[in-house]
Amino acid sequence: MADSDGRQVDSINHSTEEGVKLQEIVQAKCEGKELTREEKQRLRKEKKQHKKNKKDDRGPPEKEKEKEKASVPAPSKPATQSPAHKAPVPVNASASESPVAAEKPAKSKAEQRAERRARQDTERASKQGKKEGGQLSASSKPKATPNELQPVVKRLPEHIQVDDPAALKKLAKKLERQQVPLRSDYGYKVSLFSHLHQYSRKNPPTQQISIPATVIHPSIVRLGLQYSQGIIAGSNARSVALLHAFKQVIRDYSTPPNEELSRDLVNKLSPYISFLSQCRPLSASMGNAIKYIKKEISNIPSQCKEEEAKRRLQECIDSYINEKIILASEAISKYAIEKISDGDVILVYGCSSLVNHILCEAFEKQRKFRVIVVDSRPRLEGKEALRRLVKKGIRCTYVLISALSYILPEVSKVFLGAHALLANGYVMSRVGTSQIALVAKAFNVPVLVCCETYKFCERVQTDSFVSNELDDPDDLIVTRNGKTHLENWQTVKSLGLLNLVYDVTPPDFVDLVITDLGMIPCTSVPVVLRVKNVDQ
Amino acid sequence: MPGADKETDLSERIESFLSELKRCGSGAGSLRGSAETARETTALLRRITAQARWSNAGDLMEIIRKEGRRMTAAQPSVTTVGNMVRRVLKIIREEYARSRGSTEEADQQESLHKLLTSGGSSEDNFRQHFAHLKANVIEAINELLTELEGTTDNISMQALEHIHSNEVIMTIGRSRTVEAFLKDAARKRKFHVMVAECAPFCQGHEMATSLSKEDIETTVIPDAAIFAVMSRVNKVIIGTQTVLANGGLRAVNGTHTLALAAKHHSTPLIVCAPMFKLSPQVSDTPVQSHLHDLVKLTSILSKVNAHCPVFDYVPPELITLFISNIGGNAPSYIYRLMSELYHPEDHEL
Repeated sequence: MADSDGRQVDSINHSTEEGVKLQEIVQAKCEGKELTREEKQRLRKEKKQHKKNKKDDRGPPEKEKEKEKASVPAPSKPATQSPAHKAPVPVNASASESPVAAEKPAKSKAEQRAERRARQDTERASKQGKKEGGQLSASSKPKATPNELQPVVKRLPEHIQVDDPAALKKLAKKLERQQVPLRSDYGYKVSLFSHLHQYSRKNPPTQQISIPATVIHPSIVRLGLQYSQGIIAGSNARSVALLHAFKQVIRDYSTPPNEELSRDLVNKLSPYISFLSQCRPLSASMGNAIKYIKKEISNIPSQCKEEEAKRRLQECIDSYINEKIILASEAISKYAIEKISDGDVILVYGCSSLVNHILCEAFEKQRKFRVIVVDSRPRLEGKEALRRLVKKGIRCTYVLISALSYILPEVSKVFLGAHALLANGYVMSRVGTSQIALVAKAFNVPVLVCCETYKFCERVQTDSFVSNELDDPDDLIVTRNGKTHLENWQTVKSLGLLNLVYDVTPPDFVDLVITDLGMIPCTSVPVVLRVKNVDQ
Repeated sequence: MPGADKETDLSERIESFLSELKRCGSGAGSLRGSAETARETTALLRRITAQARWSNAGDLMEIIRKEGRRMTAAQPSVTTVGNMVRRVLKIIREEYARSRGSTEEADQQESLHKLLTSGGSSEDNFRQHFAHLKANVIEAINELLTELEGTTDNISMQALEHIHSNEVIMTIGRSRTVEAFLKDAARKRKFHVMVAECAPFCQGHEMATSLSKEDIETTVIPDAAIFAVMSRVNKVIIGTQTVLANGGLRAVNGTHTLALAAKHHSTPLIVCAPMFKLSPQVSDTPVQSHLHDLVKLTSILSKVNAHCPVFDYVPPELITLFISNIGGNAPSYIYRLMSELYHPEDHEL
């Protein structure tokens, strides 16, 4: 750290030097170049300094302790917590003088060492789990160990707090720090959903990224664009694409000097994840995959060589995809095919890769059945499912969801896919699924939900309002008989369009859930989650 | 001869009416509302009464029955035509009975004793000639026409009794009756309306734009989201194509799902239907419409069956209330109203 050594000079000289350096940094930031770790730290320091100057000057030791606490966050916890400790003060190009500034460079080395030590401690503790629960260093915050029934302090996800201006400001600051573009909402939002984002497909966030993208890896940019335009849709497809993109990132990654791969790579991934969630809110399966990757990365021992570590990580990702998605779907097909008998009329909704796979397998095993594909506006995903099934040679019928009560008397079973299974037994899936389950129940037709275990999540939800996704409202506009009634919906003050993406189905409508662990009732989801957590 | 001219003129009118009925495809959200159809049918029947040659009530009834059969055959799904024919037949019977001087009350009181003993010989065969029968019948038909003209207004006048402020109301597709109902309530109260668009023809869009022009907070939702948003809805108000004798409905497709969702959340389901939609006879064949540009899968269309039903049957246990031009009724009372409107012998035209 030549810089800090060179700064053991007069405070006046030091401050002007700082000022110059700072301007350079801000310039670099505006140009989109990635800031080195030191530059980022310096920016942070300046911000803190301004905050300190605004209040009365505090003593240095207090400041050091505060800074230490502030820089303790474990790599597994997302970096969003840090802005809460850093001062929300805009960086001024002119550095203000302060006697405290002189002590800062000296502290930075010691402070970093302490930081690293603390982080190693907490990491070790979380690895060993319960054993070292209470013996962590006092300065670090208590870790929430998922194995115990301790109250987990959950952070509310940002994407359901759009109506809170404080949360929005926090998000904007975090994105600015990570140099990720912020996407703005579009159109009039129905009042019941003012806590959710509503984006337009015509304004993808990639428009604001400079080319070539140096901050965000190009495969992530491409992935984000594919998400926001709906080119990649469906829970499994999104997760697999995400994992492949991460593999590419790891391949291209090289550890900077004086850094540990296990810590730095996780920090590198955070802005990517923020960017992807700006393009489209993360699905439950993606969330679980990211948690897994971060855990694997932080478990890499520090003496492991870089090439070896990268190879190991890529193997982990491959095995995750193989086990949790591909082999799981094989297992689920095996169980599901037992439930399909000859002469069945099976109803499916939309396009679920898993259900399509099951039906194709059953057809190959010479089961005689026919399929009714139910579709709904505005996505009309059923057409894709229809195409795949017809290509296989299965006899299909196609209806819209409003014709459900007309077609249900002929149906013997309903197979549905899921986006996520919540801990209270509710099934979160494409909007319309709950309707199908409701009407099937009224006609006494059994409803079977097929879902891999990696989509199980610990959230609970009872209605489709609090946590959902709003798609582009312009999708609802359509021309019929030469007239487009909703063309100018934006000009009419009291007219709103609602394009929901997900809804939750209560467990009493679902008769059976088929997972790779077996066939379980809907209410056994928390049991599976517990078993999974104990295993890991 | 003036008589022959009148007759040809009359048959021309009948023919043009029939061809319009045939053209009026039941699927594309009817080209004209059922109220208009009812009015035109009644006007045509009045013309037939005035211009056709008949000497006694029996003849007139035969003529009207014949024309009625032709009209219902032209477009079986438009049931208002048949309903109006039956109303006119009942009017003729009543006027005949009045002219004969028999007490109306005794006839109308279908006492159990009478129902058991009536062997079909209680009524004569309407062969007596009365001079003023024609005038009386035409006058009664005029009354019927004025009643028809006022149905929508009568229903809308009841709106404020059923909608309170800050409600969220859900509706489906496009119904002129419900539109007028909501607009009337909006003059005095503020509430939200969610319109399910009712694919594939999306009549809901037109409904939503027309409601929002009156400054009613409207939201358009796709059909798939009906159950998802139902938990926040206070009332469901729908229109219907036909009201059946058991209190059930024949309404636009998607209504059964809506009714089931409302039942699950214990949300009241209110049907705004004028009396001329009550129908004792409904054909069993499901009506299907053409799938226009809905399925753009020309490559595999040959291997796929596609269904697009136009109407849904909604059983009476899912319905809370009927609002008609004569007031509000429970579905269990509909059969009684039916017997007041139509004579049992006319149920089969």
